[in-house]
Amino acid sequence: MDEALLRSLTPGVLALLVRRGADFAAAEDAVQDALVEAVRGWPADPPRDPKGWLVTVAWRKFLDQSRADTARRRREDRAGEEPAPGPGPTVDDTLRLYFLCAHPSLTPSSAVALTLRAVGGLTTRQIARAYLVPEATMAQRISRAKRTVSGVRFDRPGDVATVLRVLYLVFNEGYSGDVDLAAEAIRLTRQLAAGTDHPEVAGLLALMLLHHARRAGRTAPDGSLVPLAEQDRGRWDTRLIAEGVAMLQAALARDRPGEFQAQAAIAALHADAPTAEETDWVQIVEWYDELLRLADNPVVRLNRAVAVGEADGPRAGLAALAELDGSLPRHTAVAAYLHERDGDLETAARLYAEAAHRAPHLAERDHLTRQAARLNARRRH
Amino acid sequence: MAKYLLLKHYRGAPAAVNDVPMDQWTPEEISAHVQYMRDFAARLEESGEFVDGQALAPEGTWVRYDGEGRPPVTDGPFAETKDLIAGWMVIDVDSQERAVELAGELSAAPGAGGKPIHEWLELRPFLSATPTGTECH
Repeated sequence: MDEALLRSLTPGVLALLVRRGADFAAAEDAVQDALVEAVRGWPADPPRDPKGWLVTVAWRKFLDQSRADTARRRREDRAGEEPAPGPGPTVDDTLRLYFLCAHPSLTPSSAVALTLRAVGGLTTRQIARAYLVPEATMAQRISRAKRTVSGVRFDRPGDVATVLRVLYLVFNEGYSGDVDLAAEAIRLTRQLAAGTDHPEVAGLLALMLLHHARRAGRTAPDGSLVPLAEQDRGRWDTRLIAEGVAMLQAALARDRPGEFQAQAAIAALHADAPTAEETDWVQIVEWYDELLRLADNPVVRLNRAVAVGEADGPRAGLAALAELDGSLPRHTAVAAYLHERDGDLETAARLYAEAAHRAPHLAERDHLTRQAARLNARRRH
Repeated sequence: MAKYLLLKHYRGAPAAVNDVPMDQWTPEEISAHVQYMRDFAARLEESGEFVDGQALAPEGTWVRYDGEGRPPVTDGPFAETKDLIAGWMVIDVDSQERAVELAGELSAAPGAGGKPIHEWLELRPFLSATPTGTECH
């Protein structure tokens, strides 16, 4: 059975139920029930019209549940009749769903979970596994999120930037468990891009594609990290790169600059370089300056210091770094790298070891420890 | 089956036999060590004895309640903490003997010179949340 097809239909079906008058939380449960039934029944008996099937079954589930609730609460049977056959789900409905799931009243983790379930059509179990939390915990997070947005009016789109932030969070989680969250984020962003006309949506999609294209080169067969400069560029996905670059160019041509377009431009300059040595660092520094104008933050400044170190030499990079707060994550790792480039192996080795001590990820810690070990071994010879 | 916690310490454990700091190993020795740890966990998953494993950052913060309506008191990180847990693995095995056997295997992870580290691991049985079928006497 085509799970991708099934999941791509999810947001439209859910949005339609909501438009027919179902409240969001109940409709979302009904769609999940219908998905479970589809997974069970479709392989043996595939429907001719998958979307129509899902709408019918989800609506029936919703009515069954409403009737049960109504009976229990002794309320009037408000949902007793079949709805008038209205128009099918529209692009606008799906978009509103994105906005609802990324609503500013939700915490980032809730918005992410709700988006993956209601828009992505993932099960609670899959989401729980992807985030390495117990299923019951994730179920609670999702139902709280649904309660939070239940009073939000489902009639007009919100700020697209909030949706993009949520999708970017999903993308950055990478992959663990049986769900590839990076691929899922790309799928959802593609779906969003198809229904909106916003250069930052295109910018984010381009950024994701360009990063995703390098994924195979980013880790060695033993699972260790491979730094950008040492990656085998033959393992990069040229098709994804071409798609990302074309999308970015179209977005930039519209002259409505934004954070994600600037980040994508930096990723594109890396992807464009046939070898690490041929990277256009001067242009990368210019894009970092642009990014600072759009969204000044310490992480951007730290990355800019690395680029300055490549464009103007390690001393210039260290000078840029000296202006930043030393407690920033990865500050020490960047300092180690720049000192190594400057030929001060002793300081570099000490800083790599210190950076390993503070590394936020295991793979990163192993990588930094290996860097320290490499320099220490070289110094002994 | 009984659950055991295998604790790895940054500090506070007796010194390992092959006690060379990791940044003084060769990069290949580090790779071999990481691979050993990964293979060990994979083997336990296959044998149905793996429950959980996590590494902890070396620095943490102490926190305590400071009374109604006040934010909690925080302190630290303390560099001189005597005992410092680096991470854990939880296993679910049939006997204490099996738990000791596995801890011994984990402690044999290769270090400098490719030789086993012989580091000390702390083995702690879980107190089960529910009474088991057998009665206490």
